[in-house]
Amino acid sequence: MTTAVRTVGIRKSYGTHEVLKGIDIDVAHGEVLCILGPSGSGKSTLLRCINHLEVPDGGYAWVDGQIIGYALRGDVLQELPVHQLRQQQSQLGMVFQHFNLFSHKTVLENVIEGPVVVRRQSRDTAIAKARALLEMVGMSAREQAYPAQLSGGQKQRVAIARALAMEPRVMLFDEPTSALDPELVGEVLEVMRRLASSGTTMIVVTHEIGFAREVADRVVVMIDGEVRECGPAQSVLSDPADPRVRAFLSRFLTETPTITTSNSE
Amino acid sequence: MTQTAEQITDASRLPSAEGLRRRALRHPGHWIGGAVIVALLALLVRSFATGNIQWAVVGEFLTAPTIIRGFVWTLLITAAALVLGIVLGFVFGMMRLSANPVMRGTAALYVWIFRGTPVLLQLLIWFNIALVFPTLYIPGLIDAKMVAVVTPFVAAVIGLGVNEGSYLTEVVRGGIQSVDRGQVEAAHTLGMTPVQTMRRIILPQTIRMILPVLGNSAAGMLKFSSLAATISMTEMLNAAQRIYFINGAVIELLFVCAIWYLAGTTVLSVIQYYLERHFGRSTVVGARPSRGLRSFFKTREA
Repeated sequence: MTTAVRTVGIRKSYGTHEVLKGIDIDVAHGEVLCILGPSGSGKSTLLRCINHLEVPDGGYAWVDGQIIGYALRGDVLQELPVHQLRQQQSQLGMVFQHFNLFSHKTVLENVIEGPVVVRRQSRDTAIAKARALLEMVGMSAREQAYPAQLSGGQKQRVAIARALAMEPRVMLFDEPTSALDPELVGEVLEVMRRLASSGTTMIVVTHEIGFAREVADRVVVMIDGEVRECGPAQSVLSDPADPRVRAFLSRFLTETPTITTSNSE
Repeated sequence: MTQTAEQITDASRLPSAEGLRRRALRHPGHWIGGAVIVALLALLVRSFATGNIQWAVVGEFLTAPTIIRGFVWTLLITAAALVLGIVLGFVFGMMRLSANPVMRGTAALYVWIFRGTPVLLQLLIWFNIALVFPTLYIPGLIDAKMVAVVTPFVAAVIGLGVNEGSYLTEVVRGGIQSVDRGQVEAAHTLGMTPVQTMRRIILPQTIRMILPVLGNSAAGMLKFSSLAATISMTEMLNAAQRIYFINGAVIELLFVCAIWYLAGTTVLSVIQYYLERHFGRSTVVGARPSRGLRSFFKTREA
């Protein structure tokens, strides 16, 4: 398989705190990569460095032949003008933890915004495609609703349709179910599962170990800004070599729905 | 009502839910307070009705051509100065948040100067600007005597508009900053340029947020336009003054003005209500106006 995304030695610090300590990962075309790890391990920051919402302090991300945010001139990474950066970003679909739907636009307007404004497609073409995507995520009935009138799960499905409308080369998911009520997680994961089986290249930062086990081709586990484990989902999740990864995963796997009765006081 | 509440210690003696009536708590204080205030208001109305005011004169001048003409000028000054103020507010408000320190500094200087001096003083300076620059010369555009260009109307519009703009600069800056950062990030990941993001995502949400303040501005501007009377602009207050200098009906003419100003601000608040409803349609609350307002304005349900 050919490489779709590669990060090369990405570093990022906030003040003296080093969030990413040189991250190298590869994602092949059509592959689903899940990034797991405890809070503060840097996995969201890595995702945001890939599409340049955060500017890395060192290293770079490469997607389908382009270095994101820079032009390589000899041994110099020349920062790109903002419109060229946006052009690149428009090819990376991003789904946020907090949805970030445009709150003053309806569901349909949200989905056609990028194609009409950035891709300069005709409104009719964009609407036809948007309706097909909304159908796919099961939101056709609510195309005239405003985001404030939707549940979290509905918002996230619209956000996925909005990202897909740009026909991105890669879909990036930043904890797409973490802000949802537990009973709404399933509907979003179901959409993502279908997307994965259609051959979409996906990088998913998530806490859903079950989803990773079932859908991911490979899993990366990050701890303290480093990749501690990387490999096929089954082997990493069931038999991690690194002791800290083992500790992290065991904590998750014991979180089975047993009812605790500790509130006896 | 005076029956003492009974305490039931045995749970088996509790009455069933059916057959129990509910009685709301009485608020006798509301009635007493209301009656006192109504009485005071009645006294106030009586004082004005029997006071030394010739209400016939008020009625007579309410529609006098001079007053109406003055009110039209008042409205023109208000509208023009408000438009100027809003435009300046948005331009400088965006400059305040520019990445370019020169832009930021210029906008800060503008706010510092025009918010830091009295608007009456600014009006007088604009009116007398010809003392500083006797001629206005822009190559290929204008070459004229300043006194001919800066009429009292122009001075009033520029003075009030530039002053209002300095306040609105801060309002717009605050409005833009209160738009959720995630909205901007989403626009960027779709590939929208800074200009597209500002125009299509940030500003529409900013306008929704600052509309109540703009409503205040409009009402304030209508009233502040009376300051133009001091630079010999014959807006409504000036017109009224000219009349009472001759006929001596001071209070009557001032009341005429008060009535027109109140009419103006009332119309403005109705306009504001509709604008807020239009821009608030994407919020759940805004989508369904409260019953009270709906019946008050007799609007149909969308």
